[in-house]
Amino acid sequence: MNLSKNFQEELYSEIEVTKETAKEVGLTEEEYDQIVSHLKRTPTYTELGVFGVLWSEHCSYKNSIKLLKTLPRSGKRLLVEAGEENAGLVDIGNGWAIAFKIESHNHPSAVEPYQGAATGVGGILRDIFSMGARPIASLDSLRFGELDNPRTKYLLKGIVKGIGDYGNSFGVPTVAGEVYFDSCYQDNPLVNAMAVGIVHKDKVISATAKGEGNPVFILGSRTGRDGIHGASLLASREFDEKSDEMRPTVQVGDPFAEKVLLEALLEMLDAKVLVGVQDMGAAGISSSTSEMSARGNVGMDIDLDKVPLREENMSAYEIMLSESQERMLLIVEKGKEHIAQEIAKKWDVPLTQIGQIRSDGLLKIYRNGKLVVNLDAEVLVLGGGAPQYTRESKIPQYINQVKQQQSEIDKVLQDNKNNSQNLLEKLLASPTIASKRWVFQQYDSQVLTNTVSISGDSAILRLKELPGKGIALTTDCNSRYVYLDPYQGGLASVFEAARNVVCSGALPVAITNCLNFGNPYDPEVYFQFKEAVRGMKDACLVLDTPVTGGNVSFHNESQKFAIFPTPTIGMLGMIDDLDLVMSPDLKNEGDLIYLLGNNRGETGGSEIAKLLMGKILGEAPKVIIEDELILQKTTLNLIHKKIINAAHDISEGGLAVALAEMSILSKKFGAIIDSENINSMAQLFGESQSRIVVTLHKSNIVEFENICKNNNLSYYFLGVVGGTSLNFKKFFSIEIDRINDIYSNAIKNEIDKK
Amino acid sequence: MKFGVVVFPGSNCDHDAFYATQTNAESQSEFLWHKDTSIPSDIDCVILPGGFSYGDYLRSGAIARFSPIMKDVINFAEKGKPVLGICNGFQILTEAGLLPGTLMRNTSLTFICKDVHLKTLNRNTIFTNKIPENTILRIPIAHGEGNYFVDDDTLKMLKDNNQIVFQYCDENGNVNAESNPNGSMLNIAGIINNKGNILGMMPHPERLSDIALGGNDGLLIFKSLIDSIL
Repeated sequence: MNLSKNFQEELYSEIEVTKETAKEVGLTEEEYDQIVSHLKRTPTYTELGVFGVLWSEHCSYKNSIKLLKTLPRSGKRLLVEAGEENAGLVDIGNGWAIAFKIESHNHPSAVEPYQGAATGVGGILRDIFSMGARPIASLDSLRFGELDNPRTKYLLKGIVKGIGDYGNSFGVPTVAGEVYFDSCYQDNPLVNAMAVGIVHKDKVISATAKGEGNPVFILGSRTGRDGIHGASLLASREFDEKSDEMRPTVQVGDPFAEKVLLEALLEMLDAKVLVGVQDMGAAGISSSTSEMSARGNVGMDIDLDKVPLREENMSAYEIMLSESQERMLLIVEKGKEHIAQEIAKKWDVPLTQIGQIRSDGLLKIYRNGKLVVNLDAEVLVLGGGAPQYTRESKIPQYINQVKQQQSEIDKVLQDNKNNSQNLLEKLLASPTIASKRWVFQQYDSQVLTNTVSISGDSAILRLKELPGKGIALTTDCNSRYVYLDPYQGGLASVFEAARNVVCSGALPVAITNCLNFGNPYDPEVYFQFKEAVRGMKDACLVLDTPVTGGNVSFHNESQKFAIFPTPTIGMLGMIDDLDLVMSPDLKNEGDLIYLLGNNRGETGGSEIAKLLMGKILGEAPKVIIEDELILQKTTLNLIHKKIINAAHDISEGGLAVALAEMSILSKKFGAIIDSENINSMAQLFGESQSRIVVTLHKSNIVEFENICKNNNLSYYFLGVVGGTSLNFKKFFSIEIDRINDIYSNAIKNEIDKK
Repeated sequence: MKFGVVVFPGSNCDHDAFYATQTNAESQSEFLWHKDTSIPSDIDCVILPGGFSYGDYLRSGAIARFSPIMKDVINFAEKGKPVLGICNGFQILTEAGLLPGTLMRNTSLTFICKDVHLKTLNRNTIFTNKIPENTILRIPIAHGEGNYFVDDDTLKMLKDNNQIVFQYCDENGNVNAESNPNGSMLNIAGIINNKGNILGMMPHPERLSDIALGGNDGLLIFKSLIDSIL
């Protein structure tokens, strides 16, 4: 294939480009000027489109990258640094590594819930297997408006079905996640999809183009008109009355195409015919050709006439910007094309050469024999010519206001002292707390036969590749705390994720994050972003859990609502011995129940405050870093020494809800809590951080106390496992069957309500 | 004893069936490619695994039945050799006419993944002879189309010939509407052909064949086969 032979080398533009056209593709006037001054000419229309998507917020991280670089991004276990490849890669020993990453698909899911969510899952899976890793787990963090709103039900049903249909068919177990309901997400739900894969270190493939003359191929589906402007316009601006018109920019998913794409690609890697691979996600051919070229300091000649199309007469602009799913860009080693073709044929996946590598760093793209793009790949990409901004930030006005309202919460709680049983029942029925069974039963959680548990604070998977060992996975973020205090909330997100991993008996090792915020050009939003990143940074540093990658989703707001700042954390924990894992269910009559950590009775941003006041206000719970570290370290120690037999993190709904969940999970045991330490409503329902409920057999009490004392960990006796009710002696006693019924059926009942 | 696990494009429980038979049941296993036209002579039992063959587009199992290997799967079955269809494999068996009836969408109209309990009605088959009497099995389901339906005459025949092998029940063995996850007639979870060598079942025995995953009731089915063939 010698592309340039019969081609015109004169640049061709489909239409004339002006500042107005630049605005239409999402570029600012300054950015357009920057492009012209760099090129020393007017860009062609196709070039402008390529700049539009690659310099979009979604692809360029232009308003976030400077702050993201302050996060710890390396560590002894990390095999690649954040942002270098399609996903992070963590060494788990014996030559094996875990690839994992979380990514948002918020805006597509808002305008077309089923396909938006489905392609969110498809996209993140491709990020994982484009590195050569076989996907072994998927997680989804979802946020909606209030469930009694009909639109929320429509979105929830569509999004859950989209996630299920894609993951189930592809054959990856969906093992964990979150579902929150708060009115701020009414117009702009959040869909953050995480995928996890396993790969042998020798099989890892880089998203780097190398070797002059090596052929460039597209593997997978044909290119259509779907998804054009998905990244540059839909994902990179707020919702307004025109957003419904953006529905055609949402891609359409085909999990079967993805499954055969996976198998064909992994087989090509086994056959050692590939030089580099990149997923064609946001910005399709534009981003994959330019990013792969820039990483390898090479260029490419690409003939768009060779790209298999779904419809005729697609322009260069449309082909370059299409976000059709289930496609990969491959660099094949010259001379081994026939081996790659045989494998593609075996799996009936189209494999088509569209170009070849140049040595000079130029991206030259042709359509109908005419040169439509002639750019330096480096200019387009993050870390190269793409703009990087520091935006103005300003403390939001609301922050002091909500803080002062803490006294109102305290008063209302006091007034409700005699209403505690009713409040617990309401909390257990609140969709954010109630069982998510309606959701997770629609997901295949067991395919690949590695799932040890999905019912604890984090999912536990065994690894067939490393017998006896496993991993723990979770996603976490309480965005209410981030809203009240972005720094504390950022800290708390990471620490809660780590606590959940620890409660399963795993050691936290690394995180991926999905940062969902409003409009970064709003100084108050930028303040939230800056502070939350600082909180995450401080937590990751002390935990030694570096950030392996992730994504930033700005512009999550509508004309009516700005979402709470939501930095979702996906965490990976390592389990060295699967015999030493832990679960939250109460195990034996007569076991002693203890609280680890201090019950400071903080109620700001809590579910109980929301229940009583109808909104989120107050002071966010404070995280004391030293206390948190001691708690996590000691809890792991207690689990590994088999001193305790249940552990559960205290989160939304506080101690009362945590104990109710432990009883419900046991299916038979109640608890009698007659401790002097639980006196107030705030102690019952408050959400102070750094607390874990544990149970142990009487015979372990001496060793338990010794370990806690030696580690300076505060612990409090709460009561005893037994009976058939949850009995807080100073407050109420409710039958387990009753709370189980409320907790288990609340979401289904609300959805079925006509 | 050697199992042959057919790999259709879109099969996703093929590796699980391989692992359960080879590692958990300590037997031998081999993958069979759907484009092959013959089953190797050393294969003693063919497994059609779960998944979404050809994406389950059109109708579950409807395209897979036309895969080249299916001709020889039918020959293999006609010779009286054992064929086990799990989930999508069961759907393919009904589409191929090797088992009667069809699997419609669950009455909930949603995909359901959870552990269910099974009552074994016929322990006198090569698939079930190692299941102890009065034992309720716990085995997961994971499907959107598992709602078994067949005409009344065939249903009567299935009953009369003892061809209903598994029924959904609760943990105490009660077969009732509450323990029916998908709306199947008579809570049917698995049936066998009249000759007794072809079993189709919606639950996934390969998923609970390993104590490391919290249970191994499924192993009884693979052990029964190994015992019958050896």
